[in-house]
Amino acid sequence: MTLLQVADLTVRHHGPHGPVTAVDGVSLEIPAGRTLGLVGESGSGKSSLARALVGLSPVHSGRVLLDGRAAGGRTLRARRRLGRRVQVVFQDPDTALDPRMTVRQTLAEAATAFRRLDRPARAERVAGLLDLVGLDPQLAGRLPRQLSGGQRQRVAIARALAVEPALLIADEITSALDVSVQAAVLNTIRDLQRRLGLAMLFIGHNLPAVCHVSDAVAVMYRGRIVESAPTADLLRAPRHPYTRALLAAVPGLPPAPPPPDAAPLPLAAAEAAAPAGGCRFAALCPVGPARHAERTVCTERDPQPGAAERPHRAACHFPPDPDTPGPFRPGPDTPEDERS
Amino acid sequence: MPRILRLPRSPLAWTALAMLAPLLLLAALGPFLWGEAADRPDVTAVLEGPSLTHPFGTDNLGRDLLARVLTATRLSLLLACAATLLSAGAGILLGASTAVLAGRARRWLGALITLLLAFPGLLVAIFLAVVFGAGATGALLALAVAGVPGSARLAQTLAAGVAGTDHLAAARVLGLRRHRLILRHVLPNIAEPLLLSTTTAAGTALIALSGLSFLGLGVQPPAYDWGRLLGQGLDRIYAQPLPALAPGLAVLYAALTFQLLGEALAGGAARRPHRAPAPPAPPAPPAPPAPPAVGEPAGGDEVLRIDDLTVELPTPDGVIRPVRDVSLTLHAGEIVGLVGESGSGKSLTALAIADLLPAQARVSRRTHRLLGTELTALPAKERDRHLATTLAMVFQNPASALNPALRVDTQLTEAVRAHRGAGRTAAAAQAVHALRRVALPPALLRSRPHQLSGGQRQCVLIAAGLMVRPGLIIADEPTTALDVTVQRQVTDLLAAVRRESGTAVLFISHDLALVAGLCDRVLVMYAGTVVESLPTDRLADSARHPYTRALVESVPRLTADRGQPLRTVEGSPPDPLAPPPGCPFQPRCAHRRDRCAAEAPALTGLDADHRVACWHPLPAPATAGA
Amino acid sequence: MPRRRPSPHALAFLTRRTARLLLCLAVVLTASFAMVRLVPGDPVRAALGVDAAPALVAARRHQLGLDQPFLTQYRHYLAGLRHGDLGTSLVTGVPVAELVRTRLPATLAIAALAFLVTLAVALPGGLLAAVLTRDGRRPRSELAFTAVTAALAGVPDFLLAAGLTALLAVGLRLLPVAGATGADSAVLPVLALALAPTAVLLRIVRVEALRVLAEDYLRTARAKRLPPARRYLRHAAPNTATAALTVAGSLLPAMIAGTVLVEKVFAWPGIGSALAQSVVAQDYPVVQAMVLILGSTVLLAGLLVDLLLALVDPRSTIRET
Repeated sequence: MTLLQVADLTVRHHGPHGPVTAVDGVSLEIPAGRTLGLVGESGSGKSSLARALVGLSPVHSGRVLLDGRAAGGRTLRARRRLGRRVQVVFQDPDTALDPRMTVRQTLAEAATAFRRLDRPARAERVAGLLDLVGLDPQLAGRLPRQLSGGQRQRVAIARALAVEPALLIADEITSALDVSVQAAVLNTIRDLQRRLGLAMLFIGHNLPAVCHVSDAVAVMYRGRIVESAPTADLLRAPRHPYTRALLAAVPGLPPAPPPPDAAPLPLAAAEAAAPAGGCRFAALCPVGPARHAERTVCTERDPQPGAAERPHRAACHFPPDPDTPGPFRPGPDTPEDERS
Repeated sequence: MPRILRLPRSPLAWTALAMLAPLLLLAALGPFLWGEAADRPDVTAVLEGPSLTHPFGTDNLGRDLLARVLTATRLSLLLACAATLLSAGAGILLGASTAVLAGRARRWLGALITLLLAFPGLLVAIFLAVVFGAGATGALLALAVAGVPGSARLAQTLAAGVAGTDHLAAARVLGLRRHRLILRHVLPNIAEPLLLSTTTAAGTALIALSGLSFLGLGVQPPAYDWGRLLGQGLDRIYAQPLPALAPGLAVLYAALTFQLLGEALAGGAARRPHRAPAPPAPPAPPAPPAPPAVGEPAGGDEVLRIDDLTVELPTPDGVIRPVRDVSLTLHAGEIVGLVGESGSGKSLTALAIADLLPAQARVSRRTHRLLGTELTALPAKERDRHLATTLAMVFQNPASALNPALRVDTQLTEAVRAHRGAGRTAAAAQAVHALRRVALPPALLRSRPHQLSGGQRQCVLIAAGLMVRPGLIIADEPTTALDVTVQRQVTDLLAAVRRESGTAVLFISHDLALVAGLCDRVLVMYAGTVVESLPTDRLADSARHPYTRALVESVPRLTADRGQPLRTVEGSPPDPLAPPPGCPFQPRCAHRRDRCAAEAPALTGLDADHRVACWHPLPAPATAGA
Repeated sequence: MPRRRPSPHALAFLTRRTARLLLCLAVVLTASFAMVRLVPGDPVRAALGVDAAPALVAARRHQLGLDQPFLTQYRHYLAGLRHGDLGTSLVTGVPVAELVRTRLPATLAIAALAFLVTLAVALPGGLLAAVLTRDGRRPRSELAFTAVTAALAGVPDFLLAAGLTALLAVGLRLLPVAGATGADSAVLPVLALALAPTAVLLRIVRVEALRVLAEDYLRTARAKRLPPARRYLRHAAPNTATAALTVAGSLLPAMIAGTVLVEKVFAWPGIGSALAQSVVAQDYPVVQAMVLILGSTVLLAGLLVDLLLALVDPRSTIRET
């Protein structure tokens, strides 16, 4: 059953020079108990999408359906209805927790946000939440400044889980952490998926980390989702040239030579304005008009409308041949039945 | 707020408290002790100058001015404090609301505050005092209203800092109500600066109130405050300065007290690390008189050699040694990676090599040779000149490493003009060439940093480094702030520079995979020491130090089995104030034995290219031996 | 700076800023108009005294238009302003416009001079203080600087004015006591107006310069081994200027308003002392006009500072309203 369905969502911010469209007509679904990864580079709009989904940024147009019912609205009632089902964890461990509240106060506040708990039940719940995210219950009396970055992120995850949401949105939660700490947090996420049957939207710019915890991955570029597919399929046979460029740019250990058709993107053109009405990736695209002069359609017609019919929903007029092997052979995936 | 209420330590705080005490005493007791004397007219002693019976003289009815000044303390302070509290209360409510209001309401409120701020408080107060009618109440209300925009703006600015934090966003997603957000999450986090600014505002209010009374708009006879006393006596200033100025001195004293009190509170809140002389540091390992020619002869292609580098930094809690006994050598045309997690000392090592450590750092090293010149033997000025022309630095954040106020061409050319004496045109031609080398169009010379993308800025920084034709480039996390597709351009560029001009590159990063793809050799740092040094092709599967191995296996890979958990390292890096005995990694190491806690292992060679600091290196994988 | 045509951002900024100015001016206009009508009691009787002849009071009321409907009065007020008619003093019978013409230049002169003195002392002084105390160097000097500027910032301008009069004019007879008799008579008023703002600005420039000195691009400049003079003057100073000028701009309105008290002490023949006198005399047409003029001056000065900032640092236009 589809837990979250987003259709044609557009988010606009008030920039200093007028409105900026951060998310432009994005559609996605997250089935109950599944994790969708969302990758994109800085400024691609992935955080704006997350904030709009939890009601922190106003939705300009489009629909968000939660359990098949329209979610959102600006009243407190609507926000509370949303908050009961959807929670979020952010990037920055330094500001994730109120510096003046102990771990216990933070978690108790979240646990009692939607229901009453008496004192002993509250203490038990706090201990249970800390245990859930792999933290020592002894830490409950600490203030945020007495915790490490990884511990703070875990407390933030516990706070989000305190209301027993159906969907957890993780917005770059490991980006500010060291690699060995990131590994531990990613393991915790995998563990929570298994134990709680939690659905997640896992947002990040680090492709390997996102792929590690996601069942399916959507790739975002300049406010649009340009390709989405099950993780293994996306890695095996990416259909959008941007996805291919992204995959080719990820350094491997041991290093692997980049595939021939994923030449690095020219830096000077990186800031080039997207042609109005055309594909936003056209100026940089290795299969686009920059290399193939006859492909003028890229700058004239938006590839988004027909995307739903193409494999991987690729927003591209000339998706690379699916038989060409992608740059990475994915490892064995977790069997589907292990989750249910 | 407990921090604010703690006993003050600074002389400023003691002074402020010592000044405040008599004020409070006078306000409480003044009218009882001197009230009667202050109101007793004496027709025989009208407008007298200072004397023994009347130290400040008398007024036009012969009343004792000292008694009047002392008695007026209560009314003056009460009015000032009341006006401050009123305006602070209203202002804080307005300002803090901006943090929890949404979109349009917040913008309108912000615009309203800006609008109100355009009118100076004193003018507003005069206007309102006229409208309300002269009198203490009118003046009080006028001042209270006039002070609202200022405190609202301050609260708004402070609240905006809280509004941007993730914890407030999380609290909103939890569906907490607005009043709870304000009371629980916004106000406690801005209370300290608000309290101290309100203290200072009380001084300002006192002055303004005295000003209004001085103009005749404030307190009306028969009541009197300092301002009115001053206004009454001012005409006498030519004949008798003291009686004229005495009430003014009282205003000045009280205003200074509030100002210093605010200052002391600010000092306490900022919790500046008190700069007590650092406790006697354990003496740095004595640098033996450097035998410059000892060891391997300085090979013709040796670019950098630094031996036994140790850095000490004083902190409020004691001296730490974030870099200990690090030695490294770079040869021409070599790219060497320096990897480690945050706090491992890799950036400080780079800064020490470039002689850019903060002033309070103490550095010791046995050898520090750059392109054949021993820097430890050079006077500071010569050392600077040598470093300027042989070494280039590229820092982590290109957004802040370029000066936003200067054009790209200035920032490219200033180093060669300062150190190589290049003329304006010669330097400009060289800048064009440098930009071409980093694949940027020369047109960028006329632009300012904010007009460039992140990747372009980093390339400009590299180009600026290339201008002096350095023998060594130190790149400290040069791609960490960049997108992954741009990251490739920058590393490709560094590789090309090395290939074309034989420049050595020290590449500092936390990203093992990136280093593995770019560098020839890797040094792995942990807790200030180099724990392993190996060729990059062995990094993926032949690392011998348990820490290196764990670090490699904790990196998520696209090709990995997603069902398996990632490798993690138990525990956390050692506290730099109390490093563990023996091997620094020993408390977290799964393979530790008795010796590890007793003695620190030195970096020793396993073979010509591979060195490790471990008593019990992990066995090399079977495939390597087969 | 390259000469460029004004960008759309600059135009948007100009529009926004001008709209705000017009709104503020409307507020000042309305407030000054409403003032006379809001005063408790009858302003005419207050000015002429309780025993004034009823006929005279009625005549003055008629002359001021106080016997007409509110909106008509407002229309007449605006129409009068268009022709430069600011009304007539109830006490002296002199047209207020005449008063403004003779007095405004004197006020502008001391306010502008005080502002320039503040900038000239605080900008280099704050930078110097920051350079000397950077990275926690010279902690004693830092404490002294903090304490002294805190104390000076707390000295009210009219008290300072009185003190300066007593010391320099009455005591040492170095400078004229009051009035505007020559260039030297402006010294004391300017000093009294400038001292506290200078102390405030000194502190802010120092803090701002310390922040800039800790920026990455100063580390870049250090890595290039540029000489200290170039690092501080070319790299640090321009980046300090925006914040410093913003704060200085916010001090200017208070400085102009401060002329009311300072001019009274020195009997300086400006708008401020006229306001102070007319307030005491309850000469409301004058009070009203002076509030209008002083208020508009402040608003125009604020606009001037913002435009100057936009020229110095185009990024300053990209700020929230």
